[in-house]
Amino acid sequence: MLEKALSGSKKYWAWIIFLLAVIAVGFFSYMRQFNYGLGLTGMSRDVSWGLYIAQFTFLVGVAAAAVMLVTPYYLHDFKRFGKMVILAEFLAIGAVIMCILFIFVDVGQPMRILNVLLYPQLHSVMFYDMCVLCGYLAINLIVGWTTLGAERKGVHYPNWVKPIIYLSIPWAFSIHTVTAFLYAGLPGRSFWMSAIMAARFLASAFAAGPSLLIILALIVRKVSKFDPDPDRNAIPSLVKIIRYAMIANVFFYLCEVFTAFYSNVPEEMASFKYIFVGIDGHATLVPWMWTAAFLAFLGIALLVFPTRKNPVLLPIALLSIYFANWIDKGVVLILAGFVPNSFDRVVDYIPTANEISIVLAVYAVGALIVTVLYKVAISVREQQQA
Amino acid sequence: MSINRRQFLKRAGAVTALGLGGSFATIGIGDRLASAASEYEEAPNADKIKHWAMVVDMSKFKTEEDINRVIQSCDKIHNIPQMDNSKDEIKWIWYDDYEHTFADSENEYLDETMKKMPFIVMCNHCENPACVRACPTGATFKREDGIVTMDFHRCIGCRFCMGACPFGARSFNFRDPRPFIKDFNPNFPTRTQGVVEKCLGCYERLENGEQPACAEASNGGLIFGDLSDQNSEVYKIVSTKFTIRRKTQFGTQPNVYYLVGGGDRA
Repeated sequence: MLEKALSGSKKYWAWIIFLLAVIAVGFFSYMRQFNYGLGLTGMSRDVSWGLYIAQFTFLVGVAAAAVMLVTPYYLHDFKRFGKMVILAEFLAIGAVIMCILFIFVDVGQPMRILNVLLYPQLHSVMFYDMCVLCGYLAINLIVGWTTLGAERKGVHYPNWVKPIIYLSIPWAFSIHTVTAFLYAGLPGRSFWMSAIMAARFLASAFAAGPSLLIILALIVRKVSKFDPDPDRNAIPSLVKIIRYAMIANVFFYLCEVFTAFYSNVPEEMASFKYIFVGIDGHATLVPWMWTAAFLAFLGIALLVFPTRKNPVLLPIALLSIYFANWIDKGVVLILAGFVPNSFDRVVDYIPTANEISIVLAVYAVGALIVTVLYKVAISVREQQQA
Repeated sequence: MSINRRQFLKRAGAVTALGLGGSFATIGIGDRLASAASEYEEAPNADKIKHWAMVVDMSKFKTEEDINRVIQSCDKIHNIPQMDNSKDEIKWIWYDDYEHTFADSENEYLDETMKKMPFIVMCNHCENPACVRACPTGATFKREDGIVTMDFHRCIGCRFCMGACPFGARSFNFRDPRPFIKDFNPNFPTRTQGVVEKCLGCYERLENGEQPACAEASNGGLIFGDLSDQNSEVYKIVSTKFTIRRKTQFGTQPNVYYLVGGGDRA
């Protein structure tokens, strides 16, 4: 089926070449980092994880969000999602590969990364995270490819796929739960050590992931003859899911703020002060956090009121929700966890240009994978419609 | 029996997988442990220490010279690079003031002497080390004598341990440290770019029955010994005098005790 990605319009190839160019630039940046060390990034002894791990965390959520379509469609026979579910599965594949790449570019000794398999440590959450991520990648590859392949031949997908589809449902929850446990289980990082962290992760994932998916579906509708939502009822259903997930996410966040500030425990409040008002003049994250807060409420408002039916305002609402979550989880959460540090000192982190170009390249790899997979899916569907 | 190409590939694949898995299991469990055990036999005169611990007697650290002598003794023999910026800094033993060392026990009425007192800080070689729990490769592990140590060749540089350690005891080699080593000691390994490091409790000196370098250079300011031995000086101090430890609320049971206000007060 992959050969279908090899024929496309001029615009398709221009997009592919653009992505390859971004990847090439990032690859050279990575070679520099590989030779010099992670000192080329903005990370330090005090803020020892930066944009890479933050993107990884955020994208695990995007990957997990496929379950918001898989569960209704396969488990509850909710037919409206029939055309879109393959887009969700393929998005998950791109997202998980990006997650793996972000971990890879973050480690100091990438050539030793298989030590995680060679000396598995059953007490390390990272071992389990690796297991669930690789498993989730395999599940989505198998399910996505097999169901689309069957569709191409005009037959029902084989029965052996069914259990794997069902397995993908709890598995999707597990990837983001385990990722939250990476942080929530660390003593001394009060910003992360919260029982509600996994729930927050899932809520924000189920808001951000489907938002991106609808945006992608709207693009697919525009650039191809395949309409992922021909009856105009799948996207409104997904919008409902996004709306409630985002409201839950904001609610969980406010629960954290209440606990920290009403209890008046200095450690619990410190990181929140750092991100919303700054500490001792250190305020690099403050504009980001307020932007996220504004976008979150704007997105919710636009989806609660009938504005959600407006074809112009809907994408704005979805982008607001997507970027609110990206700032919260893909920028602020990881950085602010290290502030103040173990000695109650504030150390800022500013990513370097080299680091950002690597981040962009990993996103370009993800975009390339999603583009190619979507091209295959679109071609199969267009063939059927014809 | 005739089989088609597809069936042949299927069966061949299954047999290969079984074979690989099977041999991996045997190598992984049986043989390797046995060979490892025979290769590294415990030295007959190995110290039967169960619980190394350190007491920092604050009354002995009066001048900057007292502190610097101790820090330099470690930096020198362990090939600690002197980085030109704080971002890439490598620290095994250093000092900070009271309100930062004991960030959770602030007291605004402390007088200036106490506020400015320099507290030596290092890895606490915790009883329940969060770093060991976090490490995905076993590169950081706890020895039977209580020292939390590292295998620099196994570390993949994921820095999960740095997030896990509540004491900020760990440093990462953000770049090749070797050009920044002032006095190279050929008897101790240098580290490479991309691995985490920290105080290893002078395992190389303990093996020879010596005190850790910092303790030796401290003129009695750092008292090192076996807490499980009731006749040891550390046990006597920790059991009868009032000492404090950093961040005990996390249950890691740090093994560096600070005797503040001198021995006479207790």
